[in-house]
Amino acid sequence: MSNVTTLQIYRGDNESGEMVEYQVPRNPGMVVLDAVHKVQSIHSPDLAVRWNCKAGKCGSCSAEVNGKPKLMCMDRLNKYPDDATISIRPMKTFPIVKDLVCDVSWNYEVNKKIPAFKIRKGERKYYQYEADRVQEFRKCIECFLCQNVCHVLREHQLKDEFCGPRFLVRVAGLEMHPLDTEDRSELLKNELGVGLCNITKCCTEVCPESIAITDNAIIPLKERVVDRFFDPLGWIARKLFKKT
Amino acid sequence: MDKYTTLQYDVIIIGAGGSGLRAAIEASRNGAKTAIICKSLLGKAHTVMAEGGVAAALANLDDRDNWKVHFRDTMKGGKYLNHWRMAQLHAQEAPDRVNELEEWGAVFDRTQDGRILQRNFGGHTYPRLAHVGDRTGLELIRTLQDKGVHDGIDVYMEYTVRRILTSEGAVSGCLAYQRETGRFTIFNAKALVIATGGIGQCWDITSNSWEYTADGHALALWAGAQLLDMEFVQFHPTGMVWPPSVRGTLITEGVRGEGGVLKNSEGKRFMFNNVPEMYKGEFADTEEEANEWVKSVVANKIPKVRRPPELLTRDVVARAIRKEVLEGRGSPHGGVFLDIASRRPAAEIIRKLPSMYHQFKELADVDITKEPMEVGPTCHYMMGGVKVDPETQESTLTGLFAAGEVAAGLHGSNRLGGNSLSDLLVFGKRAGEYAAAFAKKMTDYPKVDPDQVNETVKGSKKPFEQTEGENPYSISEDLKKMMQDKVGIVRTESELKEALGELNKLRERANNVKVGGNVQFNPGWHLALDLRNMLDISEVVTKAALVRQESRGAHTREDFPGSDPEWGKVNLIAYLRGDAIEVEKVPLPIVPPELKELLKD
Repeated sequence: MSNVTTLQIYRGDNESGEMVEYQVPRNPGMVVLDAVHKVQSIHSPDLAVRWNCKAGKCGSCSAEVNGKPKLMCMDRLNKYPDDATISIRPMKTFPIVKDLVCDVSWNYEVNKKIPAFKIRKGERKYYQYEADRVQEFRKCIECFLCQNVCHVLREHQLKDEFCGPRFLVRVAGLEMHPLDTEDRSELLKNELGVGLCNITKCCTEVCPESIAITDNAIIPLKERVVDRFFDPLGWIARKLFKKT
Repeated sequence: MDKYTTLQYDVIIIGAGGSGLRAAIEASRNGAKTAIICKSLLGKAHTVMAEGGVAAALANLDDRDNWKVHFRDTMKGGKYLNHWRMAQLHAQEAPDRVNELEEWGAVFDRTQDGRILQRNFGGHTYPRLAHVGDRTGLELIRTLQDKGVHDGIDVYMEYTVRRILTSEGAVSGCLAYQRETGRFTIFNAKALVIATGGIGQCWDITSNSWEYTADGHALALWAGAQLLDMEFVQFHPTGMVWPPSVRGTLITEGVRGEGGVLKNSEGKRFMFNNVPEMYKGEFADTEEEANEWVKSVVANKIPKVRRPPELLTRDVVARAIRKEVLEGRGSPHGGVFLDIASRRPAAEIIRKLPSMYHQFKELADVDITKEPMEVGPTCHYMMGGVKVDPETQESTLTGLFAAGEVAAGLHGSNRLGGNSLSDLLVFGKRAGEYAAAFAKKMTDYPKVDPDQVNETVKGSKKPFEQTEGENPYSISEDLKKMMQDKVGIVRTESELKEALGELNKLRERANNVKVGGNVQFNPGWHLALDLRNMLDISEVVTKAALVRQESRGAHTREDFPGSDPEWGKVNLIAYLRGDAIEVEKVPLPIVPPELKELLKD
């Protein structure tokens, strides 16, 4: 193993910037975030990066490493060839604040639109098999990598019309909660724009928590909306052949 | 002062972890105009890293459990230095706080009959920890965050508070800079709640995130509030030890709760030889008995035998591991072995401990369903903090409240696992409620002193004006290494005195720290400022550790190895006199007779 790693890191803001090359010493087990920290401590203390837990639990250190959306704290350097230069850029879908930090505040605004959990009256018992389905969605650490790769948001920038996979996962966690009584199908169809997802599964591929976003969250929500608002014949057919 | 934006609120909460969010929900619910100021994005606070569960005597698995047993376990775990009233309120109110989370949408693991599942943990007599696999903290924070979104609470994300403002001996607000722009904002408030968590970034091997730079402890100290129990820093027995880049990352106690065992290099379960006097008779004597207990628990039966000694309190287990390593029976990288692979089937391990499985696979190339983990102690939790009134959580400074890890009293000299998440909920709620009541009594906003604002802004910008000076990262690294070496898990007078000398030198270096670039999102500058908190609070810890000449709970003095009954009668408080940090003994609050009765074995 070479004892030096070469990095190219985006330095700049939303208007202008450049890839700057740094070399840092390499220790066993190092992850990309460690290398970024070394750049801060050796070369450039003002290099901006978000991070918190460094254990894959908080979802703060999302970036694009060699073009792939990743949590930098879970990306081992030894997965790359020894002599490779590792390039690190901020997430492309959001405006850049500085260096690797981008403005993700849009996500927090979207979250406010989703009506809260509303518990049913009376009995609260439910079983683990019911919890399992919802717990998958509640594993989400809000790293926003799914938002970053969703082409509706990334290429088409339809942020006013589509809430993105993260919030479809959140709605799925509420809608499928065994004790919840709120109906969010109208919101899904209109404001959250579930119809805009065309199931390319890019979100599922990048999820660090391995949530089956498309299959387990988005498709069932699309079906809910269809059942509720469109195509009564289709509704009957699905009931008859029970494909889900 | 006119050049700064001023915002006015009834109640301002500093910190958006479990206690901050719970306090904000309660303050808002009580009619206060409420804001949260937090250093990171919402939902990223250190609470997300809590793994094992939240302790509450729901008695869903063992109907012998109730608040009295939880109270006793907490007091015993803290070696009776806890504030009895906090321990009582905590044990009594935790079940309501957990049930309330379920009402707000939290999805806990279930028992076979559909109720909240509870697991065993160190120092808890019965299975008591409501949990969600090994990511309970994330569930807690997300539930509170999503509840708070609809409660009309304003959130100022990525703001760092540099000073608590005071006027006429009471709080008048706080001064914070926005990380993105570097601009200062005055938050004028009738009441403040500090909920900033801990101080673990002062040590080299730590499970704590970057935010844990002793902010709230320092802000309270500087504003004139008293701190309590500052000598008690918990080292969690099981952190990762290899590879170096993840050294210190937490491995949940839940591994042992699910049957995991600790072994030394000779393959021996050494905890059987490390049961302290006060726990004699409460733990299994033989491997057969311990295995029988695990078998019952796995089969969802109430065990008829005693629990394995791996489930002793954290202080005890951490010291035992250290001893094995020092005496040459450690693992290749200076820890011991934690083995769940030979105890439970792979599918169950992945189901009950998914993040542990993932963490080891990704970061250490270890498959925990096939081989043991290497583990060693890691700095984890601060028992000490702001001295508060047990009912209201108000500090000794009027209008300043504190809750969660930054407050002291509940845990005494050692915290039980699972008692932190319940602490956040119980006392977060109380702090919010009483801060709102305090604010309601005031008709006008307190005055902000422009001198305090100007002085702090000027001092904060100093690192940019230095033409020569050191990089803050090197000072921070040296501080952590020094604290690890000299104010670590085992302490002696000579090393503590050396530490005080080293702290003076580090402070001098920090005074001349230089940062480049500008004020916009500049982590070097942020660290230069955080260093001031860390240095002052490191000094408080060191001074308190020097004063307490005995070993108790998390505080171990090699030169005073035993517990001393006289020292068991006092807490230590710390405060500022001028610029000097003073440490002083105060008598322990007297436990009422009916509660004293519960503490008898």
